Amino acid sequence: MTYILIFISAVFVNNIVLSQFLGICPFLGVSKKIDTAIGMGGAVAFVMTLATIVTYVIQRTVLEPFNVTFLQTITFILIIAALVQLVEIILKKISPSLYQALGVFLPLISTNCTILGVAIMVIQKDMNLLTSVVFAISTACGFALALIIFAGIREQLTFVKIPKAMQGTPIALITAGMLAMAFMGFSGIVK
Amino acid sequence: MDKNSNLSVFLNGLIKENPTFVIILGMCPTLATTTSSINGLSMGLATTFVLLGSNVVVSALKNLIPDKVRIPAFIIVIATFVTVVEMAMQAYVPALYKSLGIFIPLIVVNCIVLGRAEAFAAKNNVLRSALDGLGMGFGFTLALTLLGAVREILGTGKLFNYTLFPENYGMLLFVLAPGAFIALGFLIAIINKLKINK
Repeated sequence: MTYILIFISAVFVNNIVLSQFLGICPFLGVSKKIDTAIGMGGAVAFVMTLATIVTYVIQRTVLEPFNVTFLQTITFILIIAALVQLVEIILKKISPSLYQALGVFLPLISTNCTILGVAIMVIQKDMNLLTSVVFAISTACGFALALIIFAGIREQLTFVKIPKAMQGTPIALITAGMLAMAFMGFSGIVK
Repeated sequence: MDKNSNLSVFLNGLIKENPTFVIILGMCPTLATTTSSINGLSMGLATTFVLLGSNVVVSALKNLIPDKVRIPAFIIVIATFVTVVEMAMQAYVPALYKSLGIFIPLIVVNCIVLGRAEAFAAKNNVLRSALDGLGMGFGFTLALTLLGAVREILGTGKLFNYTLFPENYGMLLFVLAPGAFIALGFLIAIINKLKINK
């Protein structure tokens, strides 16, 4: 039951993009088509789950016992960057079809703040390993959901006549604002 | 004005290539930490410090770092300065550290910092890189403070905690998440409009 609550909370109530403001760059950047949005969502889910597990283990087995938690930021960002490279190499060897689907998005992910954000959040909230994994997967689902809905809206927006000053980023931001408002309707479901 | 003068390097980041309003980088902290003008200002200053530090170190080391591993090397330099900011804020302004929360360590992945290291500091001398870092940093701070001020006035009727009109007339929406997107959207639209008319 707790895990279901974590899932609902991370996907709808505290959506990573629309209420926590993480991963805005890919949210605005790769959300022009539904296909790319799905690809990006998948890649993020994959890397986020892996990264959370690895950083969690490193935090508990290396940083804490040796009392060097102040190195957290440096260590985590290096682990994530290395992990993304590793995933890219392994995917290329093992599953070329998956690599085809996710490949282009992988380099973008190392500078995606959701990954580092979730890795740090998990430590700050003092979750255990299983909860962290569930949290990471749910957060990634929330990210993918927001991205896909937004891509759908933006595909429609291309048919609309928009004043010159509002074209591009401004209209995208205002649309995102309305989407965020819609998601506010979910608040209160989970305390 | 001479395009290559030191002053124009500084002003470039502040106005012409303002990271938030013109280049549109570093959106996450921009939207998340501008619930009030104070928060926006302090987030901007923290980022300025990291930008200045990383630009100076990167440009000083640019000949020592092999080209192939430059990105990881830059990230380590940036992460070091972020850790310095993090620890200093934790020690001297714990309340502010708490309200900015996760966005302090996340300066590491702010595209502006790595972007300037790669695009400017790796090609220019220390003084010019320092000025570029300061200019970009202050441009970012200006944008964050402006957005924070707009949201604070509309949301709570205050500016830098000084009451302008009673809070009952404020629109709470602007302090919450959707207000951030909408306010920033309109600010960028206004700036675009000014540019078109020029």
